[in-house]
Amino acid sequence: MAARLGSIEGDRRKAMIWSYFFLVIFVVFFLTPPVYMLITSLKSNAEISAAVSPWWVMHPTLENYRELLTSSTYLTFFRNSAIVSVAVVLITMAVSIPAAFALSRMKFWGSATLATGVFLTYLIPETLLFIPLFKIFVFIDELTGIELVNHWWVLVILYPTLTVPFCTWLMIGYFSSIPRELDEAALIDGAGYLQILTKVFIPVALPGIIAATIFAFTVSWAQFLYPLAFITSADQLVLPVGIITTLVRGDVFTWGQIMTGALLGAAPPLIIYAFLMDYYIAGLTAGATKG
Amino acid sequence: MAQVTLRKVVKNYEGTPAVRGIDLDIADKEFVVLVGPSGCGKSTTLRMIAGLEDITDGEVMIGGEVVNDVPPKDRNIAMVFQNYALYPHMTVYENMSFGLRLKRVARDEIARRVENAARILDIGELLQRKPKQLSGGQRQRVAMGRAIVRDPKVFLFDEPLSNLDAKLRVQMRTEIKKVVQKVRTTTVYVTHDQIEAMTLADRVVVMNAGRIEQVGTPNDLYHAPATRFVAGFIGSPAMNFLPCTLESATGGLQLRLTDALAFPVPQARIDRYRPHQSKPVLLLGLRPEHITDQRFGATANQHAFDVRIDVIEPMGIDTLVHFRVNGTEVCGRVAPATKGEPGGSMPLFADLDHMHLIEGESGRVL
Repeated sequence: MAARLGSIEGDRRKAMIWSYFFLVIFVVFFLTPPVYMLITSLKSNAEISAAVSPWWVMHPTLENYRELLTSSTYLTFFRNSAIVSVAVVLITMAVSIPAAFALSRMKFWGSATLATGVFLTYLIPETLLFIPLFKIFVFIDELTGIELVNHWWVLVILYPTLTVPFCTWLMIGYFSSIPRELDEAALIDGAGYLQILTKVFIPVALPGIIAATIFAFTVSWAQFLYPLAFITSADQLVLPVGIITTLVRGDVFTWGQIMTGALLGAAPPLIIYAFLMDYYIAGLTAGATKG
Repeated sequence: MAQVTLRKVVKNYEGTPAVRGIDLDIADKEFVVLVGPSGCGKSTTLRMIAGLEDITDGEVMIGGEVVNDVPPKDRNIAMVFQNYALYPHMTVYENMSFGLRLKRVARDEIARRVENAARILDIGELLQRKPKQLSGGQRQRVAMGRAIVRDPKVFLFDEPLSNLDAKLRVQMRTEIKKVVQKVRTTTVYVTHDQIEAMTLADRVVVMNAGRIEQVGTPNDLYHAPATRFVAGFIGSPAMNFLPCTLESATGGLQLRLTDALAFPVPQARIDRYRPHQSKPVLLLGLRPEHITDQRFGATANQHAFDVRIDVIEPMGIDTLVHFRVNGTEVCGRVAPATKGEPGGSMPLFADLDHMHLIEGESGRVL
């Protein structure tokens, strides 16, 4: 008996060792770029050009941070990115939660096809979409005089085409996993569809909604192609494109500032993850319907 | 007053009939159980009363008023679901008061009603817990509490005990009966378990393949089933059905089971059965407790016969004996002290005072 227990323990230890081995490889692989960014961001331009040691800072300096955080262009990018992302998250949720509720719960003509269609639109990459979209915007501009390029708010119109389909699809899955008796109970209790959605579905599907929020925010924050194609003025740009266009001057790469800018730019999603993860896990553990 | 009346109620799902025209009158404060095998339309019927399912044809009336097009919330009903359907993000108190809060009932009135229901169900100390922190039985109580709080005209139960383990199920069954006796409201209860139906109901409605087979008190159904289906569905172990023929004999009629075995028909039933003498397919229906070794104040209509035992199943309170008559499996019920071996023979008595004669083709009890 003892020997058998020992062997089970041995198996466990072996499994743990392998787990740690692969986890360490994983961590090294994914953390090397940010660490490299951090190191480079703390170097002066002179030290970077000297190229003494890429993994060590001889004379650490916050010069890059000071310069970026006092540069109004960088702060404008940051502000534009923040406004665009928050607006896109709000729009996405406002559209995809009711859409998912309708598609998962109300049976109407073509609802199943529509649900599949929503997902299919997600499968078309933006690299195929940006030229037709540009054409349409130009057409609308000519027709109405509304200038749909070169404004930050154009991105607020564009990004939901990427986020809404996926978030809707994600929410359909979450809503479908809620037992139907729950809405029937609410229906008998006297709730209308809107109340079922707000008082039962949204609280119960909170983990799904948070996952969708994280997704929508990340997509908006990191989107590169659309701002590159649709926006040229520096005061309308967002972070990912802004850093590249303003910090690369001709063939001169100001590496210190590029790294600093990217590192600071990565902070908001990181903070949001950390903040929402708690709710996400809390939601997961509190959600069970029956045991 | 809250009678529930169904008039020729039909439900089709995309052309497939689920309920094929049901007529049912449920009196005020009556406890009616719909029972039947899965797919017989009992849950669909309940859901039509609740308003969760559209009615294809016919009328559903609650309190004398046709409610076909009345939404569930305005039917003044409350429903208890099989999986409890408690709102997982709300406390027990919030769960129970949800409906009242939607109706904007005054806060102290809500508190009064919730406390009252909690007292009836003995869940006062659970009010601040979340459903996740409750056991199955406690959740079921909360689900009932949510129904009671609304003070409905009709209670609807949809297989409320099916998610509980066997022991708890028996306990909660008694509990439900106690609660309903206290609250005294018209109740429609759906189950596939005939014992639940028998123990709970004032009247039982046996359903099969979208139709009502029989409506009656538990004792009616047990002792005077109208069809072979009811006879076989109610009672456990199930009634035995033995193919037989009716033939004339000196002084009356007799039931011939095999070349060697025939039982005389009790005098009182001769006139009733005589017209069916020519019918080719007849079944003798006899419950296991009427095939026994004991002769309680033996009557003239208990007839001895010898059987070869296949299987013996001691149940404690009595022992089940399985044997075959002309290839048909038959079950008898003997005293626990009776000794017998598989393969051995045993003398048994058939109590024909409790026999049923069933027409084979229609399944009608004659």
